[in-house]
Amino acid sequence: MDHEQIRELINPYVDGELDLLTARETEQHLRSCADCRGIERALRALRETLASSQPVYRAPSRLRKNVRAALRREAKTTERTFNPWVLFATGAACALIMLGAVLFQTTRASRSNTLVDEVIANHVRSLLATHLVDVASSDQHTVKPWFDGKIDFAPEVRDLSRDGFPLIGGRLDYLNGKTVVALVYHRNKHPINVFIMPATTGRDTLPSATIRRGYNVLSWTHNEMKYWAVSDLNEAELRRFTELLVR
Amino acid sequence: MFRLTESPRLSEFERQVLPHLDAAYNLARFLMRNDQDAEDVVQEAALRAFRFFESFRGENSRAWFLSIVRNTSFTALKRHHMNERNVVFDEELHGVENPPMDAGVVLDRAQDRQTVRAAIEALPAEFREAITLRELEGFSYKEIADIAGVPIGTIMSRLARGRRQLQMILNPEAK
Repeated sequence: MDHEQIRELINPYVDGELDLLTARETEQHLRSCADCRGIERALRALRETLASSQPVYRAPSRLRKNVRAALRREAKTTERTFNPWVLFATGAACALIMLGAVLFQTTRASRSNTLVDEVIANHVRSLLATHLVDVASSDQHTVKPWFDGKIDFAPEVRDLSRDGFPLIGGRLDYLNGKTVVALVYHRNKHPINVFIMPATTGRDTLPSATIRRGYNVLSWTHNEMKYWAVSDLNEAELRRFTELLVR
Repeated sequence: MFRLTESPRLSEFERQVLPHLDAAYNLARFLMRNDQDAEDVVQEAALRAFRFFESFRGENSRAWFLSIVRNTSFTALKRHHMNERNVVFDEELHGVENPPMDAGVVLDRAQDRQTVRAAIEALPAEFREAITLRELEGFSYKEIADIAGVPIGTIMSRLARGRRQLQMILNPEAK
């Protein structure tokens, strides 16, 4: 840096506002430049004069009293008509309700998410352990009675061979801690697991789709039964399958 | 009676902000250049600060309050058509009014104080602000920049120019 640039830095140098490197550079220049040293000396003298002459004004006690009184008036009027604490409390209550709603929704969502995971895990396990079916039959009249006495509900069992989704069989499985019916279908070598359990609500719902880890999962409610269909089949074909199932 | 109806918000405000009333008055006094206007500004600023207290994030209540005092002052200066930011300092006038502080002449403290106050008040408002906040309140360049709402470089140049003018007022013999 040259003399002109350094001269601009004498103020921040005296104020201790320069970084270490620039301060050192300024210091070096000051040592060799009498002109800049003069500026520095005058600056320090001015600062000394300003400090020692104590020009600072102090707030008159009258002002202090007036300010406090004005603040109290302000607090009284605003808090009567528009009490920020009441407002705050109301806001906090609203926020809590909303937070509760959000939490409820997310726990519901995460619950259904874990259910989807369970459905997929069941599906995968059924394929891995060669425990696809307990009752191997494409005859719905063989499969349906097999569940009698093993569960306390009677699922609809329907062979869809004519539509290209042959029934392979059925087994018992667990879902969400409950014994559920698992029906197994095939579509061009793609196995489809259909889990059926009594629905908690009686309302029929349309299939809603989830894709997880490459598996398509469709869930819906029909005739007071909750259905889960899971397969590595593409979603369009799986949808067609569910439509045939509840037809 | 007031104690009973006092809101926690008001107590918190008084705890955080009222300790800076002297600093607020000092800044307002140098900006407004008379007692009455300075008191009006501080009172107005205190009420405004109280209304915006929610916006205070609790970092530096002194800088926060002083920025409100500063804005209130400049608004008042404009309102009074007193804003002389473009008025060039009249060296001769002040040389006559305020005897220069010469190294050889020892003035008593009260006279010193009056001279220095008058010298600061002779500066343009933005320079008065920078000098007051730096020399009398000890704020850093960054804090002054935040209070005034301008870049640090602007504060640096205002301080340098303000000090140069102060030197000319206080010691006109020196170059």
